[in-house]
Amino acid sequence: MITLDGLTKVFSAPGGGDPVVALDGIDLGIAPGQIHGIVGRSGAGKSTLIRCLTGLEKPTSGSVSIDGTDIAALEGADLRTARRDIGMVFQHANLLDSRTAAQNIAHPLEIAGVPKAERERRVAELVDLVGLTGREHNHPAQLSGGQIQRVGIARGLAAEPKVLLCDEPTSALDPSTTRQILELIRDLRDRLGITVVIITHEMSVVREVCDAVTLLEHGKVVQTGSLLDAASDPHGALAPELVPLPPAPTGIDALVVNCSYGDSETLRTSEDLVALAERRGARATIVAGTIETIGGRQVGRVQLALRNESGTAISAAGLAAFLQELDAAGVVATEVTR
Amino acid sequence: MSEWLTNPVFTTWDTNTSLWSNTLITLYMTVGTMLFTALIGVPLGVLLYETERSTSRAARWINRIVGFIVNIGRSFPFIILIIALIPVTRFVVGRVTGPDAAMFALTISAIPFLARLIEINLREIAAGKIEAVQMMGATRWQVIRQVLLPEALPGIIGSLTTTTIAVIGYTAMAGAVGGKGLGDLAIRRGYQSYDDVVMIATVLVLIVIVVLVQAVGTALARAVDHRAQSR
Repeated sequence: MITLDGLTKVFSAPGGGDPVVALDGIDLGIAPGQIHGIVGRSGAGKSTLIRCLTGLEKPTSGSVSIDGTDIAALEGADLRTARRDIGMVFQHANLLDSRTAAQNIAHPLEIAGVPKAERERRVAELVDLVGLTGREHNHPAQLSGGQIQRVGIARGLAAEPKVLLCDEPTSALDPSTTRQILELIRDLRDRLGITVVIITHEMSVVREVCDAVTLLEHGKVVQTGSLLDAASDPHGALAPELVPLPPAPTGIDALVVNCSYGDSETLRTSEDLVALAERRGARATIVAGTIETIGGRQVGRVQLALRNESGTAISAAGLAAFLQELDAAGVVATEVTR
Repeated sequence: MSEWLTNPVFTTWDTNTSLWSNTLITLYMTVGTMLFTALIGVPLGVLLYETERSTSRAARWINRIVGFIVNIGRSFPFIILIIALIPVTRFVVGRVTGPDAAMFALTISAIPFLARLIEINLREIAAGKIEAVQMMGATRWQVIRQVLLPEALPGIIGSLTTTTIAVIGYTAMAGAVGGKGLGDLAIRRGYQSYDDVVMIATVLVLIVIVVLVQAVGTALARAVDHRAQSR
């Protein structure tokens, strides 16, 4: 549905300084009906990427194709028409204060020249769809943050776009409202089959709602793939972010080993790790860890405290053999040095 | 008290002496001036705003030229502007004295003032709101009509109120071209003829007019303001 091909954006610095490369040859494909998360730190190029997707920013080189139309090559009236196929949801919703919720939702339809009766029918549908019944005649100032974002989403969907771009849609919301809005986005995708792109810096958003994820860093794609692949690949950059390791507890008088697992065929659960240690004659306890189930598969980062059965410390040779076996099975393991 | 009531300022309708006819003249000049000023000043404010944020080279030049003209208009002391405009006034209005001639100079002076205020009103609109509507496929004209003007309306009403009050003040100088009005009456009959009654009466009427204009302006602005009170 969306294909980026060698997308590059260079901003010339004012005053003749070094130009800033915001996007550096981004290649990316987003399948129809997918919820695709784009993550990265501030300055990684997320905002520039979404501005290129909407034609608000012209790429320096490369192409941005949405449903077969090269957005980057369009100008004027053609660009305006193409934009009607793209719905957009903003961090602060960007509703007009001068319009009621219903009038804000109707706005894209007004611009597309939809007749009044048809507009009203569609707005009533959308109000119902996003769960705003009873609040449609309120102005944004009379709505809560979550309700405002529901209006923003309804407005984004009003012109029946093929793609919904969400720029930090939940970053200004509290955790429980965030969950409701993410559920709404997933529900809408399921019902309308729309392709959704979510730009965010919150890994929890990706974990909760995305099917696929792309990590940007310094304007480049560091890792991209399905959520399961990204989370379960212990060698990748996203796994530690998606499944973070809690701080190690102190006061443990034993050898502690960090283990990241997820895509191993033989060691699929934390219990498998403990069983492996026990087969080698050690006693293993999980002292810290995060274990998530993503797409029916267990993905985890755990810390194992290891002692010999007799309670004595583990030898260096024993540890090396254990680490090697974990590595061979596809689990990334390192000794925690204190 | 009887000295007050028999003063020609209250008893006559002659524009040389009457408080009443001069009040009407001041109102006429103010309303007329504001009509033309709003009609030209608001679009000019939009033009200043639009050409300022445009990336096109031509628009930047238009911005610089219009901005320069507006600055010149605003630098003229009003009394000098009236006199400097006399040949233009003769061409446009057909005569160089009277309320209509004064109104022309007032309008020329008020337009740049209002245009700058409107430009400031528009700048206060968050860029995200404009981008959101551009994303719907809106043309520049649709953005002006559907975003800029309605979102800035409370501020625009405030600017019109401020400009109206400034114009009421400037009408005092319309007497220089025989424009008459309350200010002219206060200067000629009150100040130059040492008539305290006229002086006090004209000032009181002016205060009432200004207070009323401000009250109506504030009420209107509040009525169209749907932003949260804290913002």
